[in-house]
Amino acid sequence: MPDLVVSTPVGLFCPAGGFHIDPWGPAERAVLTHVHADHARPGSAAYLGTEASVPFLRRRLGEDAAVQGAPYGERIRLGDAVVSFHPAGHVLGSAQVRIEAAGQVWVVSGDYKRAPDPTCLPFEPVRADVFVTEATFGLPIYRWPEPEAVAAEVMAWWERNREAEVASLLFCYAMGKAQRLLAELARFTDRTVLVHGAVAEMTELYRQQGVSMLPTARVAEMPARRSYAGELVLAPLSAGGTTWMRRFGERETAFASGWMRVRGTRRRKGYDRGFVLSDHADWPALLRTIDETGAERVLATHGYTEELARFLREQGRDAGVLATHFEGEADV
Amino acid sequence: MKAFARLYEELDRTTSTNAKVAAMAAYFRSAPPGDAAWALFFLTQRKIKRLLPTRVLWELTLEMTGVPPWLLEHCYAAVGDGAELVALLVDRPEGGPPAEDLSLERWMQERILPLKDMDLAAQARAMREYWSGLDTLQILVLNKIITGEFRVGASATLAIRALARVAGVPQASMAHRVMGDWQPSADFFRNLLSAEPEERLDSHPYPFFLASPLAQEPASLGPREEWMAEWKWDGIRAQLVRRGGATYVWSRGEELVTERFPEIVAGATHLPEGIVIDGEVLAFRDEVLPFAVLQTRIGRQKLSPAILADAPVALMAYDLLEEGGEDLRERPLAERRARLEALLARAASPALRASPVVEGAGWDDLARVREEARARNVEGLMLKRVSSPYRTGRRRGDWWKWKISPYTIDAVLIYAHPGHGRRASLFTDYTFAVWDQGELTPVAKAYSGLSDAEIAELDAWVRRNTRERFGPTRAVEPTQVFELAFEGIAPSSRHRSGVAVRFPRILRWRKDKPAAEADTLESVKALLR
Repeated sequence: MPDLVVSTPVGLFCPAGGFHIDPWGPAERAVLTHVHADHARPGSAAYLGTEASVPFLRRRLGEDAAVQGAPYGERIRLGDAVVSFHPAGHVLGSAQVRIEAAGQVWVVSGDYKRAPDPTCLPFEPVRADVFVTEATFGLPIYRWPEPEAVAAEVMAWWERNREAEVASLLFCYAMGKAQRLLAELARFTDRTVLVHGAVAEMTELYRQQGVSMLPTARVAEMPARRSYAGELVLAPLSAGGTTWMRRFGERETAFASGWMRVRGTRRRKGYDRGFVLSDHADWPALLRTIDETGAERVLATHGYTEELARFLREQGRDAGVLATHFEGEADV
Repeated sequence: MKAFARLYEELDRTTSTNAKVAAMAAYFRSAPPGDAAWALFFLTQRKIKRLLPTRVLWELTLEMTGVPPWLLEHCYAAVGDGAELVALLVDRPEGGPPAEDLSLERWMQERILPLKDMDLAAQARAMREYWSGLDTLQILVLNKIITGEFRVGASATLAIRALARVAGVPQASMAHRVMGDWQPSADFFRNLLSAEPEERLDSHPYPFFLASPLAQEPASLGPREEWMAEWKWDGIRAQLVRRGGATYVWSRGEELVTERFPEIVAGATHLPEGIVIDGEVLAFRDEVLPFAVLQTRIGRQKLSPAILADAPVALMAYDLLEEGGEDLRERPLAERRARLEALLARAASPALRASPVVEGAGWDDLARVREEARARNVEGLMLKRVSSPYRTGRRRGDWWKWKISPYTIDAVLIYAHPGHGRRASLFTDYTFAVWDQGELTPVAKAYSGLSDAEIAELDAWVRRNTRERFGPTRAVEPTQVFELAFEGIAPSSRHRSGVAVRFPRILRWRKDKPAAEADTLESVKALLR
């Protein structure tokens, strides 16, 4: 039987359906798993994403891009294939892509996680003959603490910095991680959090879809020479080390990411603190999810793909690697 | 244990010296004295005997987690630290029932030290039990203690500074109190903090005067006669203090190293009272031995007769800072030097030698003499103004180090390995090769010299240009050329290339140079002369 998804120079491609999934080069038709920059690239003729991701896609790809939205679960015919989206639990609007053609079902996971997240629908296990899984954190050292406990750590860090009268600068992905933090912290406080413009834009789109989070205010709208002592500021990684940082005066910096599980990584990146909060599946979640799909064959797409595939093979599974050009670090 | 683990994390987290000292001072103030004594023991780089090798912890980890050995290797490449690797595999990040927090002292006395008398099976049972009651950070600290690899991101000097602050005494006198062999106990720690009525400052050295690198032509320093030249020794800078009937040897880091150099202490008994000498500790037998010989002694806790015989040391003295209890630092170098030579002649001890004055009529003659530096196991020449006082710290103008330039070659990157510590999971350790009859032969490994930005760029390049994987090591396309520098080269039968280079490091990434134009093994061997 022919493979429903193959690797091409511009990304994963479904020959039966005539579409690419998250292509990084121009394609006729791009089916998108989620809206992060490395997955939703401009340049394709037409895009299909989940309904919830459409406002984000318009922002990222421009108002002129041909973007079509579909609700989770709706079956859409593309060429000789039937395609549907299913929640991936990664960020708001993120999806696994289920493809049915020639009597087979393939599921491409996109990025996913199994931990609870108040800002998006939980991952939904979908039965598949072949499961194409991400493997960003495909090593057994990557196992996550409970998000609630991590949020409590973030809160304690903010409190300590308030007492010391220094600013708390928390770096995180502007789409997804920032809003998850704003929602998780609402368990502990109702204080306003200051945000970088990139975070503010995404947070606004989240609010429009009814996600409840702490109140936010833009740093850019603060008066000049304002003191930031005691404030919590959320900023994208790209703001680190820029002149934008100068205004905060005395501060502690932190980074919220699964990579922070390893001490050396935090030290290399030079943050004062690292919070282990990831929007990706950890090692046990990868294995559990692979089991739950009931797939006979597993293909790993990015991250520690070779490691995950070899481990699965040694467990007696048919497993391999489907090359993409995302390698590790890029995903946060 | 929790508080000590938290201190470890704080020291690990910050690069600020002040923050480290403050964290340690806060710990010393709040911890029970018995805990503080153990903490001080570890913070001053004292070690308990290794109770379990890392290998045993790894085997236990494999057994507990069912992770296959090859996967453990890949995890190690991402973590870069053996004790942390185990912690990240056996911990329960999702949390478990909180165990009772036992003090550091009780952990040491009741749980850690008793491991010594257990058989392997009992040790394994104990470790499983210990791990199950601790969080990730505490498991990491525990693993480091029992494998004898406990190191913190703070020097002993900083720990002493923190303790001096808590006790309200000068740092040098706290350094004196903490020196020597002691057993951690609550009483010991209380005694450290109690003020002595008459503070004896006999042991204290003077602040060291440090030379600056000479960037300009030596002729620009003025007439040759105004300068004295000496060899620039490749050893350990030290002050020998002889006062109150006792001898103290201080390294430049204000660390008391007296016990490490019994030969020098024995030699000092021939000196009169009230003497301070500045010089360099060298491995020495009839002549100066290579630094590598001295290295075999550094860091040894116990000096065996074999080590003392294989790597004997001497103090190469070059300045006299105090004589008869009088501070000579304001006197001109010429006078201090004459008095030093007379003093050492009277003492007549082979372990105390005057660093010879290097002759050479003009600057050109001196430049020629400097070329002998490599053959003499020295780093070049020191130039000191004969009229100068002994200054404090790195003050430019009177002391210059005129080092010989390193060897350089252009070599091709062939393998990349993940780094350790803060460089874990980045490809930062490299193997370089030169051409030998049309093939690339490895000639050096280097992992320093690139900027963080270059490391990131090269890391990405390695990932995209991998030819083959050997575990975590990548063989890469042999296209990138780097200029390497090294301090020495020697024939070697242990290396495929037939040569071993010393202190190789990367000078620059030669993006302008095609691989075909890199050096050949023949041209590298020509450096052997």
